[in-house]
Amino acid sequence: MNQQRILLHGGRVIDVARSIDRITDVLVEGDRVVALGAEARAAEYTQQQTITGCLVLPAFVDLCASLREGEKQHGSIASESKAAAKAGFAHVVLPPNPKLVIDNAAIVAQIQEKSQQAAQVTVYPLGALTKGLEGKQPANMHALTQAGCIALTNARQGMANDETLLRCLEYAASLNLTVFFYPEEPSLANGCAHDGFTASRLGLPSIPRVAETIALAKQLLLVEETGVKAHFSQLSCKGSVELIRIAKAKGLPVTADVAMHQLHLTDAAIDGFNSLAHVRPPLRSEEDRLALCAAVQSGMIDAICSHHQPLNAAAKLAPFPATEAGISALETVLPLGLKLVREGMLTEDVLWRALTINPAKIMGIEAGTLHRGGGVIVVDPEKAWSIAPETLVSFGHNTPFLGMMVQGKVLELFR
Amino acid sequence: MHLSHAHTPSRLQLNPQGRLRHFLTTEGLSREQLTEILDFAESFLDPDGAITNQPLLAGRTVMNLFFEASTRTLTTFAVAAKRLSADVVNIDIAKSSNSKGETLRDMLWNLEAMTADVFVVRHSQSGAAHFIASQVTPKVAVINAGDGRHNHPTQGMLDMLTIRRHAGDFSKLTVAIIGDVRHSRVARSEIYALQTLGAKEIRVIAPRTLQAKDFQQLGVKVYERLEQGLEGADVVIALRIQNERMESPLLASPEEFYALYGLTPEKLRYANPNAIVMHPGPINRGVEIASEVADGNQSLILKQVNYGIAVRMAVLALTMQGQLTTRGEG
Repeated sequence: MNQQRILLHGGRVIDVARSIDRITDVLVEGDRVVALGAEARAAEYTQQQTITGCLVLPAFVDLCASLREGEKQHGSIASESKAAAKAGFAHVVLPPNPKLVIDNAAIVAQIQEKSQQAAQVTVYPLGALTKGLEGKQPANMHALTQAGCIALTNARQGMANDETLLRCLEYAASLNLTVFFYPEEPSLANGCAHDGFTASRLGLPSIPRVAETIALAKQLLLVEETGVKAHFSQLSCKGSVELIRIAKAKGLPVTADVAMHQLHLTDAAIDGFNSLAHVRPPLRSEEDRLALCAAVQSGMIDAICSHHQPLNAAAKLAPFPATEAGISALETVLPLGLKLVREGMLTEDVLWRALTINPAKIMGIEAGTLHRGGGVIVVDPEKAWSIAPETLVSFGHNTPFLGMMVQGKVLELFR
Repeated sequence: MHLSHAHTPSRLQLNPQGRLRHFLTTEGLSREQLTEILDFAESFLDPDGAITNQPLLAGRTVMNLFFEASTRTLTTFAVAAKRLSADVVNIDIAKSSNSKGETLRDMLWNLEAMTADVFVVRHSQSGAAHFIASQVTPKVAVINAGDGRHNHPTQGMLDMLTIRRHAGDFSKLTVAIIGDVRHSRVARSEIYALQTLGAKEIRVIAPRTLQAKDFQQLGVKVYERLEQGLEGADVVIALRIQNERMESPLLASPEEFYALYGLTPEKLRYANPNAIVMHPGPINRGVEIASEVADGNQSLILKQVNYGIAVRMAVLALTMQGQLTTRGEG
């Protein structure tokens, strides 16, 4: 660990977890702030940087990023960790998928080793809820969490039946584990676009909102039944916000996140068969987008994730329904978040909360605040740059924001 | 939003001079552009409706790339190309190839290298023709012969020609389209063309399972009862129900569909007495339409096939002209 002591002079220091927001000096040692203001200036330091106009923030925490380990043609832990670090993320949740079935301790160890070798960010695997993600029998949840999984999920793979889901949740609850859900009813999700006007015009097979809300409603009922701690990731529509509101009002142990692109784009982005905007859950209507923004602002949705899914160029070069869903998203999270603040959709404190302390709490890790050792970043909120293949570190250049001029760049990550 | 729409199909199909160089969709073209296609198609028809040959594509190669099986459309395109004196190559990809992205691109480049001038493309996925047009060099014209549920623009235009010749001024016409609107590329092509050509009213009639979500935003009137939708219609178009829909949750049975939405002589009486009846074919007799109606004196179903050749000749020749202008040979 870096034992240098660096005095950051003249920046605006923001730590929403501790209600700090002021221009002052901070002393960073390794992965944390050890002193502020006069105390920082009075301490010994090995280096000083003047960062006038910049922000000092806890490093970001991402609740969902596919790093494509095992799918070398799209990226790897090594390539995507670099992108994460450059984007200000020090902690990244890696969900399992059919190509990376995290259902035993050996795979967890392998992921951790690769993440340590990359030495860019800490990768937190989610364990499979069921063996082989097959939805039939509980995975060895205790062994997975002992190995380092912070929670369990069956990803977007369906469950054999409701009884299996009920038993898996009971089992997880008895071990006091958290379960992540990406609500989607498979039989209603045989499409590639939101079931709305744009898909109708383009003749694209569609996924209605009810594919998400029917799964979410069922999962919430089972959370109520079992008492398991649950996190709902990548909500895409207004109806889902309503269901989360009801669950939270009942006092259920639930949290939720939304992907940054869902706060910016609607299904209009797929016009012209723009496969860069092909993502799952699909981009929905303006009404949904506004409801999601409002839910983040009110705290009903706790966190914003990247839902990073890097893909190689060929994955997007096919007729729209045959292209792979996914957006390379890590590196656009900060500028897009700042854009929402400038547009008045979110207040700044809400944005930082949704990217730092809230996801850290959901994961149960010591991060998201300046003094606990979760990393510190320096951000220039005004720095303008163009989203382009040359400016992205990720292996995947698959973003619908290509060509857009944005503001906001992470200058440094201390971890 | 902040996305570039330079790649929308309607832009992609025009050359820098604003002339057609691909034909991917009827959406986004001007009334003048659609009328030009109809007028040009008419020029191939002599007064009794027979087609005259013109060697406009002599020395040019038209490749029919059919990723999805079709006999009728393939045949009419081949006939149209030959009547323009083009060399025609039919490539039946449906049987041999997987259509994964990179393979598809590689194959296109190979075919292009064989000096094709026009690709006529049919594919089971929406957006396929647009994708292919975005991948080929500016030297090859792409004509969409049906892409998934999206568009079948030459079918749409031959229906417009049929309507113009037999029902007259679009601005006075109420057009009713019956059946599987949700999955129909023909309906989409017709609706966009009818709107641009100024039809008085466009109606779609189907049970909710076969309606497209939010379609009324297109400016069409949506009906769930056949009798109400047919009331006062001047043009009645029955769509084909694909066999695969019959065994899905979308429909109870062919018999029940026929009972509710089948175009029978009794139901047709709700329409204007002079209404014309059309169907893109092939017909499921006793499912979408009764034989008495399909073969009756209001039916133009066989005329449609003939006009199809003229329209395809017009589109082949126009897109080739657009290509030549782009190449600087025009």
